[in-house]
Amino acid sequence: MSDLFAVKPVLLWSDALIFVLVATLVMFFIHLARDRLTRQRWTPVFASPVGMGSFIVVMFYVLIAVLDSIHYREQLAAVDGSDNTSAEEVHYSQEVRSLLDDVLSRLKENSEKTYSAPFSIYSFSKENVTLEDGTVIREYPRLDGAGSHLESEDGKAWDIFTRSIEAVLIGLLISGALIALQVQWRFRCPPEGCPLDGNGKPLVTASRHIPWKTLYGTVTALIVLTTWVLSVGEVYHILGTDQVGQDVLVQAVKAIRTGVLIGTLATLLTLPLAIGLGISAGYFKGWVDDAVQYIYTTLSSIPGILLIAASVLLIDVYIETHSDDFTLLAERADFRFLALCFILGMTSWTGLCRLLRAETLKVSQLDYVQAARAFGVRHSRIISSHILPNVTHIVLIALVLDFSGFVLAEAVLSYVGVGVDPSMASWGNMINEARGELSREPVVWWPVCAAFIMMFALVLAANLFADRVRDAFDPRAKG
Amino acid sequence: MLAYIIRRLLYAIPILVGVNLLTFALFFMVNSPDQMALVQLGDKHIDPEAVEQWKAQRGYDKPLFVNDREDSEGLLTDTIFYDKSVRLFALDFGKSDEGRDIGDDIQQRMWPSLAVALPSFAVGLMVNVTLALFIVMFRASIFDTAAMVACVVLMSISGVFYVFAGQYFFAKLWSLVPISGFLGGVDAIRFLILPVLIGVVAGIGSGTRLYRTLFLEEANRDYVRTARAKGVPELTTLFRHILPNGLIPILTSVVVVIPSLFMGSLLVESFFGIPGLGSYTLDAIQSQDFAIVRSMVFLGSVLYIIGLILTDISYTLVDPRVRLS
Repeated sequence: MSDLFAVKPVLLWSDALIFVLVATLVMFFIHLARDRLTRQRWTPVFASPVGMGSFIVVMFYVLIAVLDSIHYREQLAAVDGSDNTSAEEVHYSQEVRSLLDDVLSRLKENSEKTYSAPFSIYSFSKENVTLEDGTVIREYPRLDGAGSHLESEDGKAWDIFTRSIEAVLIGLLISGALIALQVQWRFRCPPEGCPLDGNGKPLVTASRHIPWKTLYGTVTALIVLTTWVLSVGEVYHILGTDQVGQDVLVQAVKAIRTGVLIGTLATLLTLPLAIGLGISAGYFKGWVDDAVQYIYTTLSSIPGILLIAASVLLIDVYIETHSDDFTLLAERADFRFLALCFILGMTSWTGLCRLLRAETLKVSQLDYVQAARAFGVRHSRIISSHILPNVTHIVLIALVLDFSGFVLAEAVLSYVGVGVDPSMASWGNMINEARGELSREPVVWWPVCAAFIMMFALVLAANLFADRVRDAFDPRAKG
Repeated sequence: MLAYIIRRLLYAIPILVGVNLLTFALFFMVNSPDQMALVQLGDKHIDPEAVEQWKAQRGYDKPLFVNDREDSEGLLTDTIFYDKSVRLFALDFGKSDEGRDIGDDIQQRMWPSLAVALPSFAVGLMVNVTLALFIVMFRASIFDTAAMVACVVLMSISGVFYVFAGQYFFAKLWSLVPISGFLGGVDAIRFLILPVLIGVVAGIGSGTRLYRTLFLEEANRDYVRTARAKGVPELTTLFRHILPNGLIPILTSVVVVIPSLFMGSLLVESFFGIPGLGSYTLDAIQSQDFAIVRSMVFLGSVLYIIGLILTDISYTLVDPRVRLS
């Protein structure tokens, strides 16, 4: 048992934020389950198969991001002769691992020397190989971590096929069990006994709005995909390996945390300024309005990417001159990452602010708001109970629409050289590193493709979900 | 009209002052020239003399706002603020940290930028409007739904992917155009086809979707319904009523980006090796040449503000209900 606890948890700032984020999501769902009005508003989103499916895909990404945010440092094996029992003697590895690393450990271990194509059992480049009789020839050597159980290339297809069938069956079994449990719970009877319909059968009261088929279908697909990747990935590199021989799939999965976090954090960071300034400009008018308009015109007149680049350059200078403050490499990368999210948030709030100002101008002309003012209700109370509820739909729509934009922006920023720290796994960094390899012959396409596909799936799901949210909440979108 | 334009120009001045102060604060107060010198010279334990020399060569050794050592004449002018920020208003960009004249560089490099950005913009606009109109023609049909799904898919693909795919298929595999580079004169066309094509394709998803919404808004108006009720053919309503009126918000919304076309595109220019302002800026960012980045920030906001003024003017030109006041 003691081995199990021989770790030291590490809480990076971004980890803490992702846990806060998940807690907020959970609270939102509790609210959704309890409050009838909120449920009614959200019904169109989750009642549509597209909305439900895309939501589950996004949540799957979030789940991986959460797994990748539980960080710890492993205890190092005691040096011979030293006593490991005293607390002072315990040393921890400088490498910060996450729970996701453990899930993917079997895939990570099988590293090669250099590039290898997806599902290949041979290396991508020729090497000198010494045969048994001493002669040296140049050929493609077999990989260390892929298909080493195979005699030759001939058995590969059949091996992949049988392993896939096995994995898919296991996946189906798991998801089947989960769904069966959920169905049991869905058609559960209340403690006072089931109400019976005319034919004497129990009358079920489960929600009819939710597209259960889509829900179960998506969940099953994701579980089957996970089991397939985990089991086939053990003996093959499903998406090949990169220049230093690391599994591309592992890197692409590790990058999910960066993508999800940059999308959510940057979006959330736009809110305080946008809401605060936008509503006060529209509500107080006069010089407040002038000042806010001046601020956002000034900020938005600077080309976005230049402002971001300039700010990131300055953060770099700060890190370089204060390098003593960051003991772990991960801490340094984390600081730069949070600074990037902050900068993205600070440079992207102007659009939402403008929308909120216009809407608040409209809303504060409504009769009951005017009446509240005439009665001498405090400004803070009018804003919180009359104005805010009337503009939340704009905030919500902007929230989901901006998310995918930031995920895509990360790739561009990393290319420009002002993205996340190069030591951090991210799609932008993957694309950036593999860029030069596209001119190789034959082309090394898999690292770039892996990054694009992972990014595409997240952004597409987010975009589809955002569309549903907009249709449900934007009064103008109806019709 | 003239009085209005002059007033708008005057209104632009405080905004430019704001931009200027913001960049000044970012580049000289948040991070001192000393820190910049340390990073540029690359060594943490460098002797102070080298730092001073680096600063003196680039004029960063002066005080920020007020120069006590000078008499009344140089009190305010012989400072970093005057040298590096106030002079920008006269579009005097000074020298880059490497010693090149930024103004000359900009004049040379804005034409290749424009050669890529202008065709991308014009062709992109035409393609998007045509597609949007086509989709509106078949509104509320399965074609409409399919087209919208296609737009969302196109929107969800990273812009970098379009560049990679275009370079791989058109330049490498089929050898139709050169992979990257740029030549002056007529030869430029060969080098421009691919960047323009990619610029257009990358914008189709979001552009078409937005324009479809604008056209649909117009298609649901009363006068369109009246026209159809009195028996005007569908195509005539589309081209006589929906197109011209739908174009108004589209054109006024794109006017703002026209001056910024001079700035070029960071991504496209650097991938295709086009010696424009976009790649100029990118090189400056990557080599941490703060003087160039500062100048480009200022130039970018000047162009944006010109765009805003043009937008206001275009509103009054196309819509007689909007009065200049």
